[in-house]
Amino acid sequence: MKANFVKVALGAGLLAATALAAPTAASAKTLVYCSEGSPEGFNPSLYTAGTTFDASSRQVFNRLVQFKRGTTTIVPGLATSWDVSADGLEYTFNLREGVKFHTTEDFTPTRDFNADDVVFTFMRQFDKDHPYHGVSGGSYEYFNAMSMPDLVKDIVKVDDYTVKFVLNRPEAPFIANMAMDFASVLSAEYADKMMEAGTPEAVDLNPVGTGPFQLVAYQKDAVIRYKAFPEYWEGKAAIDNLIFAITPDSTVRYQKLKAGECHVMPYPNPADLEAMEADADINLMSQEGLNVGYLGYNTAKEPFTDPKVRKALNMAINKDAIIEGVYQGAGSAAKNPIPPTIWSYNNDTVDDPYDPEAAKAMLAEAGYPDGFTTDIWAMPVQRPYNPNARRMAELVQADWAAIGVNAEIVSYEWGEYLERTKKGEQGTFMLGWTGDNGDPDNFLAVLLGCDAVGGSNRAQWCNEEFDNLIQQAKTTSDVLERTRLYEEAQVVFKREAPWATIAHSIVFEPIRNEVVDYKIDPFGGHIFYGVDLAE
Amino acid sequence: MLGFLFRRLGDIIPTFFGVTLLVFFLIRLIPGDPILMMAGERGVDAVRYAELKAQYGFDQPVIVQYFDYLIGVFQGDLGKSFVTKKPVIDEFLTLFPATVELATMGILFAVIFGIPFGVLAAIHRGKWIDHLTMSLSLTGYSMPIFWWALLLIMFFSTTLGWTPISGRISVMYFFEPVTGFMLIDSLLSGEKGAFASAFSHLILPTVALGTIPMAVIARMTRSSMLEVLGEEYIRVARAKGLAPMRVIMVHALRNALIPVITVIGLQVGVLLAGAILTETIFSWPGIGKWIIEAMNRRDYPTIQGGILMIAFLVMAVNLIVDLLYGIINPRIRYKR
Repeated sequence: MKANFVKVALGAGLLAATALAAPTAASAKTLVYCSEGSPEGFNPSLYTAGTTFDASSRQVFNRLVQFKRGTTTIVPGLATSWDVSADGLEYTFNLREGVKFHTTEDFTPTRDFNADDVVFTFMRQFDKDHPYHGVSGGSYEYFNAMSMPDLVKDIVKVDDYTVKFVLNRPEAPFIANMAMDFASVLSAEYADKMMEAGTPEAVDLNPVGTGPFQLVAYQKDAVIRYKAFPEYWEGKAAIDNLIFAITPDSTVRYQKLKAGECHVMPYPNPADLEAMEADADINLMSQEGLNVGYLGYNTAKEPFTDPKVRKALNMAINKDAIIEGVYQGAGSAAKNPIPPTIWSYNNDTVDDPYDPEAAKAMLAEAGYPDGFTTDIWAMPVQRPYNPNARRMAELVQADWAAIGVNAEIVSYEWGEYLERTKKGEQGTFMLGWTGDNGDPDNFLAVLLGCDAVGGSNRAQWCNEEFDNLIQQAKTTSDVLERTRLYEEAQVVFKREAPWATIAHSIVFEPIRNEVVDYKIDPFGGHIFYGVDLAE
Repeated sequence: MLGFLFRRLGDIIPTFFGVTLLVFFLIRLIPGDPILMMAGERGVDAVRYAELKAQYGFDQPVIVQYFDYLIGVFQGDLGKSFVTKKPVIDEFLTLFPATVELATMGILFAVIFGIPFGVLAAIHRGKWIDHLTMSLSLTGYSMPIFWWALLLIMFFSTTLGWTPISGRISVMYFFEPVTGFMLIDSLLSGEKGAFASAFSHLILPTVALGTIPMAVIARMTRSSMLEVLGEEYIRVARAKGLAPMRVIMVHALRNALIPVITVIGLQVGVLLAGAILTETIFSWPGIGKWIIEAMNRRDYPTIQGGILMIAFLVMAVNLIVDLLYGIINPRIRYKR
């Protein structure tokens, strides 16, 4: 019996191996993406996880404006153009005509995309009395996190193909917000129909969008299937079918990629990178991530009120050792608070050199010839911008000890850590940020602006010169002018040194050689429109 | 027999309460406010925080939350997932067949190989076959599942190309689930090669999951067999001139199986725990993987519901095992 079992098992295995490619038509191109997890749902405005966006907004939906694939540059999407009033308070979007929504089992659109869809999409999130506001839990975390409820005064349908957003204050990054995942445009007609049928949640589970792919089926925790939408306004996708094979273990993902069971995989295990590089079938792509990992000084607390002390500590940190030891090479030293993939990144700033002698001298100059005692707070979680905060803290601790500064490493549970650093209990702390909309404001104002002190500005740093520059940049929509202002702000940042900028992590994406024209998305997404498979 | 059944059922009720209590409060002892965890670096302002707290019911005293939960449980309502906003029970029922399929195969594998190995070792006590099977089973027993699973994948899937790497069936097959059991659904689908694909996807996870229980069963069978083989009635049977095979299979094995069945019953718990790792590695869409994800996201209702259902299941299996004793050995029925 034993022998028989083995025979049957092996036989079935071999059979399956030969049958793998059998059931699909030979001509259809199917791209398999070994995704890392299950989406929370299919309405991107309800969620904040990248995994969810990959499965929804990035394949199924469009936004008024979009990021050009592989860049943070904003290009027209469902809006062909937009005008900003002179006072910066009114954004008028001219909508694209002839855009079709997907046809699904439950819904056949009777009209093209128009202003009603835009109004529905945003009013659902904005207006607490909107019939859809409370559907599916009704929490619009990104809409809230980007301060949209305070920023937006009204959303007006001017005519079928014109929509106007009225703001409470001028805010240039608003346009970048419109390209974010939460701003994906849903079908108002579908929503109405589902509301009538008494199943409004269906809108969030069985998405109808205007995007390049439409959802065919989702088998929880296993597979997501899409097919190319033939009437897509930018033209049908080059691949016919897109399959997400959900594979949570990174080593297993790599095995699947190697065996040709998938074409693209995210988040490789750093330990596998070398083997991937050497693999002739695999193209290991890489790019700097849209993030920054930093060590912040609590500038409201002695002795960190003195920029000289901060500078001295910066100079004592051996960044190269950190990149090697903590990022295992998958990081690049950071000198600015924004990553180089963001426009207005200032190439001319000079990083504080690693020079313990000079650091010691500067510390003496600041009145601490014998150093002092402080703490380093290390985050308890792993983040792309800081894969091992504890290890990083240990390295910094040793570097500082060399100039006489004795630091104790402190850590709390994540929620607690975030709350306490907000209140400023720390001396120095590790944290980082991943950009949301590719706008410099999303880093500089959120993390270093005076308004954010007591919130996400955990260095408690409020510098008038810096704040004036970023406030000015917020109120002008002239990109050249904004660029100049942000570049200057980075110079002030460098001079004042509220943080030691540590690193930008490097994102790796291994793909199989037959995948054509795949681009790494700086926002960490995985986008398959525009990608092809070689025969 | 009926009285016996009711007595056993009576034992289950307090255990069930205990589990709800334990699960509910233990999760809340894990550090980490779910709302702050979800908000991450972005944070959440005080007004929104209060809103979310009310939405999740965290503004109520814990004891009120517990009784609300308990009332729900008795109405078959395990709450809604914080993440997907879907009823926990629905998600459980969707994913559960995958785990059952895997666990059943795992236990079958363990029994089919474990018992013969144990018997072989016992009848060849002290010989090389005994040493071989026992050292193999010790190795199997001490093998960390995640490591063993990766090893299997690397050898059989990547190097030899005999088995697929992960998932339940090739992604090229697509049919709506009917029973949720892929082996059955693939047959029902009528698609050519679907069953073979589903079966081949089961092989490695079955081996990975079944190895530890197999080792335990083999060792238990061996020692139990040795004990029984030393009994006088075996000597009598042999003296009567019965065929050696008949003595072993009929006279010895049946009596040796009682402790083995206990162990098999206990292995179901081990199997479900092992399923958490096995499912994650083999991308098996079952409840193990589901609970792990829920823990990472502090999705209280899912964790509570999932663990409660698993505990319930382990209790049910143990009940069945108890009843099985009664069938195998009538004396047990009448005790107590």
